[in-house]
Amino acid sequence: MRYSIFSLLSEALRGNTGWQPAWRDPEPKASYDAIIVGGGGHGLSTAYYLAKEHGLTNVAVVEKGYLGSGNVGRNTTIIRSNYLLPGNIPFYEHSLKLWEGLEQDINYNAMVSQRGVLHLFESDGTRDAAARRGNAMRLEGVDAELLDREGVRRLAPMLDFDSARFPVMGGLWQPRGGTVRHDAVAWGYARAADRRGVDLIQNCEVTGIRVENGRVLGVETTRGFIGAPKVGLACAGNSSRVAAMAGLQLPIESHVLQAFVSEGVKPLVDQVIIFGAGHFYISQSDKGGLVFGGDIDRYNSYAQRGNLPVIHEVMEAAVALMPSVSRLRVLRQWGGIMDMSMDGSPIIDKTPIAGLYINCGWCIGGFKATPASGWCFAHTIARDEPHRLNAAYRLDRFATGDLIDEAGTGATPNLH
Amino acid sequence: MTTPQRPLPASHRLSAGGLIDRSARVAFRFDGIAYEGHPGDTLASALVANGVRLVGRSFKYHRPRGLLAAGPEEPNGLVELRDGARREPNTRATAVELFDGLTATSQNRWPSLRLDLLGINQIAAPLLGAGFYYKTFMWPAAFWEKLYEPLIRRAAGLGRAPIGPDPDRYETATAHCDVLVVGSGPAGLMAALTAGRTGARVILAEDDFVLGGRLLADDLEIEGRPARDWAGAMQAKLEAMPEVRILRRTTVFGVFDHGSYGAVERVADHVGQPGPHQPRQRAWQIVAKRSVLCAGALERPIVFGDNDRPNVMLAGAARSYVNRFAARPGDRAVVATTGEDGGRTALALQRAGINVIAIADARAEVSRSLQVIADHAGTRLLAGSVPLRAHGHGCVQAVDLGRPDGSGRQTFDCDLVVMSNGWVPTVHLTSHLGGKPAWDAMAGAFLPGTLPPGMAVAGAAAGRLSLDECLTSGAFAGLEAATAAGFDGTAVEVPRATREDQDRVALVPTPKPVGGGKAFIDFQNDVTSADIAIAHREAFRSVEHLKRYTTLGMATDQGKTSNLNGLALMAALSGKTPGEAGTTTFRPPYTPVAIGALAGVHTGKAFKPTRLTPAHGWAREQGAVFVEVGPWLRAGWFPKAGEDWLAACNREVAAVRAGVGICDVSTLGKIDVQGPDAALFLDRIYANTVSTLPVGKVRYGLMLREDGFVFDDGTVARLGPEHFLVTTTTANAAAVLGHMEHALQWTWPTLDVTVVSATEQWAQFAVAGPRSRQLVARLADPGQDVSNEALPFMGAMPLSLLGGVPGRLFRISFSGELAYELGVPSSWGDALARALMGAGRDLGVVAYGLEAMNVMRVEKGHPAGGELNGQTTAADLGMGRLVSPKKDCVGRVMATRPALVDPQRPALVGFRAVDAKDTVTAGAHFIDVDAPATTANDLGHVTSVAYSQGEGRWIGLGLMKDGPRRHGQRVRAWDGVRGRDVLVELCPPCFVDPAGDRMRG
Amino acid sequence: MRIPCPHCGERGHEEFLYLGDAGVRRPDGMAEAKAGEPASRPWMDYVYLRPNPAGVHRELWQHVHGCRAWLVVTRDTRTHAISGAEDARTVALARDGAPA
Repeated sequence: MRYSIFSLLSEALRGNTGWQPAWRDPEPKASYDAIIVGGGGHGLSTAYYLAKEHGLTNVAVVEKGYLGSGNVGRNTTIIRSNYLLPGNIPFYEHSLKLWEGLEQDINYNAMVSQRGVLHLFESDGTRDAAARRGNAMRLEGVDAELLDREGVRRLAPMLDFDSARFPVMGGLWQPRGGTVRHDAVAWGYARAADRRGVDLIQNCEVTGIRVENGRVLGVETTRGFIGAPKVGLACAGNSSRVAAMAGLQLPIESHVLQAFVSEGVKPLVDQVIIFGAGHFYISQSDKGGLVFGGDIDRYNSYAQRGNLPVIHEVMEAAVALMPSVSRLRVLRQWGGIMDMSMDGSPIIDKTPIAGLYINCGWCIGGFKATPASGWCFAHTIARDEPHRLNAAYRLDRFATGDLIDEAGTGATPNLH
Repeated sequence: MTTPQRPLPASHRLSAGGLIDRSARVAFRFDGIAYEGHPGDTLASALVANGVRLVGRSFKYHRPRGLLAAGPEEPNGLVELRDGARREPNTRATAVELFDGLTATSQNRWPSLRLDLLGINQIAAPLLGAGFYYKTFMWPAAFWEKLYEPLIRRAAGLGRAPIGPDPDRYETATAHCDVLVVGSGPAGLMAALTAGRTGARVILAEDDFVLGGRLLADDLEIEGRPARDWAGAMQAKLEAMPEVRILRRTTVFGVFDHGSYGAVERVADHVGQPGPHQPRQRAWQIVAKRSVLCAGALERPIVFGDNDRPNVMLAGAARSYVNRFAARPGDRAVVATTGEDGGRTALALQRAGINVIAIADARAEVSRSLQVIADHAGTRLLAGSVPLRAHGHGCVQAVDLGRPDGSGRQTFDCDLVVMSNGWVPTVHLTSHLGGKPAWDAMAGAFLPGTLPPGMAVAGAAAGRLSLDECLTSGAFAGLEAATAAGFDGTAVEVPRATREDQDRVALVPTPKPVGGGKAFIDFQNDVTSADIAIAHREAFRSVEHLKRYTTLGMATDQGKTSNLNGLALMAALSGKTPGEAGTTTFRPPYTPVAIGALAGVHTGKAFKPTRLTPAHGWAREQGAVFVEVGPWLRAGWFPKAGEDWLAACNREVAAVRAGVGICDVSTLGKIDVQGPDAALFLDRIYANTVSTLPVGKVRYGLMLREDGFVFDDGTVARLGPEHFLVTTTTANAAAVLGHMEHALQWTWPTLDVTVVSATEQWAQFAVAGPRSRQLVARLADPGQDVSNEALPFMGAMPLSLLGGVPGRLFRISFSGELAYELGVPSSWGDALARALMGAGRDLGVVAYGLEAMNVMRVEKGHPAGGELNGQTTAADLGMGRLVSPKKDCVGRVMATRPALVDPQRPALVGFRAVDAKDTVTAGAHFIDVDAPATTANDLGHVTSVAYSQGEGRWIGLGLMKDGPRRHGQRVRAWDGVRGRDVLVELCPPCFVDPAGDRMRG
Repeated sequence: MRIPCPHCGERGHEEFLYLGDAGVRRPDGMAEAKAGEPASRPWMDYVYLRPNPAGVHRELWQHVHGCRAWLVVTRDTRTHAISGAEDARTVALARDGAPA
């Protein structure tokens, strides 16, 4: 059922009893044209674009838990395309463009809110790095402005301009960045994919990948074997585990990233603010909660929870940046498992096994990539070759040295 | 503002009883009206005692709300406490200890609590069901951000943030103990006692400001005396035990790995302002070998039509108000119960002078004990009856009772409805490490499942609800915890206590309230039973989908009163048991915690350490302007009157190039490397060869990461055959040391080498300029030869100076001039700076800062932060030939990968502005003169710039495709974000003395 | 987390710096490295590829704010339970067949 003013009013009049399920609950078929492993944001958007862009509708998404149970519902909801390196900017800009038309495309209000992203700098060195980045964005046609201290003050007067350890010198401002209601992204893609005939199979865990003669045949699951000539893995923090079922070892470590939300308050933070010197970022949700986070916990983990030292670090940064949040209370803390790649950039590629494709390595920034990730992965699966936009996200770049290391920290996943 | 007025005496205060101090009065204001309470009150109990029933508005529909609870689970009674910079929005009135001068304001209403215009949302309620946001506001597309979202944001958000920085302080602390007991109800007191008696170090943490838990609220007896008195006696006993520490007003909010618990102590929230030197709150990390969770249980509301009307209250809360606080929440009450609890409640209310009109018992059979109580209280007992609908607006005025199918409906006028629907164990902390609570059909509740290592659960939190079970299980768990922590003890006698019959049934909500109206499940977030039904209809059936789609349990009360009812309804709709449906994950914190408390003292200037060099005070006296370099503050320039930074910098550079200047370089990392294998080790750490370096010589060293990219650079001085001193960049000092230690302890463990950081042990000054030798010689103690012959370029020697100070002299040059670096033990750093300035006065010595140093190194083409960005190879920096292929070193192999040896890689190039009036900026990108500014034409970027007086214009360094092959050509330095586009001419990256004669001179 | 440093006793993990998998082994540093050839499998294994198990993980930590010893900690990545912490140099000497 299509959501419209008419459907809303008519449902209101009949007591909301006529709404249809957002998606079916199908039994898995014996085989599909393609199987996507992972019913998170990237997997669901992949399925949607396979159906929409490539007419591939005999597709199943298999998910071990419930749809959207991974990082798509555990992030700080930020979208932006303020990247530095040529391999990254066009991809993330494509993502931002897809975000901009998403709601009309999938008939679902994911509350895409282009409130702007402000990345602060505190020294000449970080200012020049911001300029280099802003210029790289502009060369690609992406919006970027370099603000001075007063420019920052006009946007975010609640920051500490007087007694900060790291003075606010200015910021790189991307007006088209912003936030999106994260769960709604998963639900919206799921509903739209389902409407195009994709089977979304929840509570179905992949336990093996069947490969013969170097070609994938399908997946073993807790609900039996499901065959397909093409299998795409979009398993985020569990990528290494699933890829290992096909005998692949990845340049990835799984790390936990915590996120936090405060009690709801009246509007206080209008933009997304990124505080580089404090490894901190914050925005305010439409419901009023401050949504914020910091660095990863910095050790391998598959437990979706973090520890106290990082909680303290993040709160210190919050108060250091915005002293007036000190008396607000943190309401909830949670953790997601990040697929930290060895150069800080993702992988969307074919694998040495024919018909097996991989989408992983999103580090702490996978949410903003959701539309483009699915779009490019769908292209890679459907055409059996990467699209220009994900051409740099090769699996073999670690062997060739074509790294995309924005932070310049090298093969240390916990430093990206 | 209201005019000052004398508060009226509290209208609903009982004349006797309760744990309040009637001898003292406490004045407070709510919504501008003055009231009076007593020490021992909470804000909530004082409002109850003053007959205030309407305390807040709900989040979405702005429905009038009163107090539902008396403890931390309160969903409705949220206020803005205090004001101005101390304002605390969304503060639960039930958790605020009353203090003199307290001010509180209702929130999320306009213009007033009684008349809230957004109450109009109730009319639109049919549109605003679960998930409505996702289905609407999409037409036309542009209206979401322009119109709908701003309106939603303004309407959302409950209270207002404080204005300005927090005037109060916070601190963090760590405590270690053998047994942590969480909660001081009957189970917690017994656990602390039995553990304490073994001699174990015990911490007893209690959220409340009085120990006792439910003993304070209920008419119970232990060992023949009121349980409240017993709790007081227990407190005294525990306080007498030297190893037992009681933390009152302390909430254990989270469980973390390996016995770490997060707790927050509200040190000064119960007074108007913290005392001098007192923090407002203290965040504890408690490291406990064992813990006993005695967090009790929370009462489950009954879901029926308009059950959110003010003064529809939980039974346990009503008992707490009358028994503990001597406050009468109403005059005519109806008790709705599902078990024996109803009788105890009716008795308590009746004793407080409240007229109990009726008791509705959901159980079909008449309970004999309840009948006795009803007869005694002169009230009607309606077996098989449930509340169907509440009436009233600012306060409940009547309630319809009847059978669950809606038949037999009768209306009872009343101003208080209390509901008792069983207890939900407070299992939150048991699942913070991922443990899943287990459904217990008998208890009708989720009980602790897999526990965090070292944790035991006792009392009501473990589903042991009756007092005698609480005492027994607490005593047992406390002893066992102490024993497990290595202490010996014997069983203690468990005191005799009132026996309580816990017989009851559980009422599960229906999708549509039988009696009409809206049946609320999550009060604060306005989630009704109809919303759960919508979620079910639309396939949001997993518990997490339910939570996220309807916002069930996501309000500031974190679903303490709502989760079970919501999950039970969804389970029923799905034809499952709640056990099959499961429960959502409980996450820290148990109750919301002030961000400031968790930040502790690390805010403002103390956010991160500030590192100062030994001569910082000297530089400050010289008028230095300091700049941030990582954690360090370094002198950027030393302006004279009227100079801006550039003028100062130019003067400093000119003085060095013509005479002599000194610069504090103490921040550079210094690592002392010693041992028989030191030279071999350094050959492996550096890309170039170190082992051939003679004693008394210094060499430039380039370090790669194992992935083949440049890691760091610096100098290596050989002080002895087996003794080297290595310098690193300021930024990488710690990383290089760790890298070396890793190599020695893990990669090449047989190498006999010791490394130690000497960064903080040595102060070091660059002394640069044609007169630098003269200046150095003046400081040297007699008999020391610093001539070119004795110490040629790239030489190192010990130098006794200033009358016996053991220094080190290195003839190295970052500026390109004849130059030295002079090191002294750091306590002499300040003296060295003064001595150099004093001795060099007639030589025209200047102090120069980071800016001048940067200008000179750019003029010489030395790479620094902009070039050593972790993305460059040795070849990129023009140092490819330094990398020795003949020896094993970190990064050697991976540096040969195709992309790292690609001739198309951007490489180091120098440039000068074509027009002397143009300013060039770092971060600009190189674009060919005639090419449009697009990614396709991006040739690289400007890494460093400087104003060169020698060149009479801005110059710089950059990384550019084909840069080294394009010397003499012109390109644009395009800086779109700064609005600059400057023509530059490419050149070799060296602008001063390319042959190096000056520094060798 | 609490890490039982064999030299200092049990300490909070905020005193330690994490590096990663202790199972990777540096290949022969004098292996032939021809310019322009992709990395060999042993070097890929050492620098980039990780088993990244959900389960028991032997990993390197350094007690940077303590004794500065590198440690091999055995920890379950699902539960964070630590079953041992050894001095890394001792482990490395045994690995390399050298006397401690």
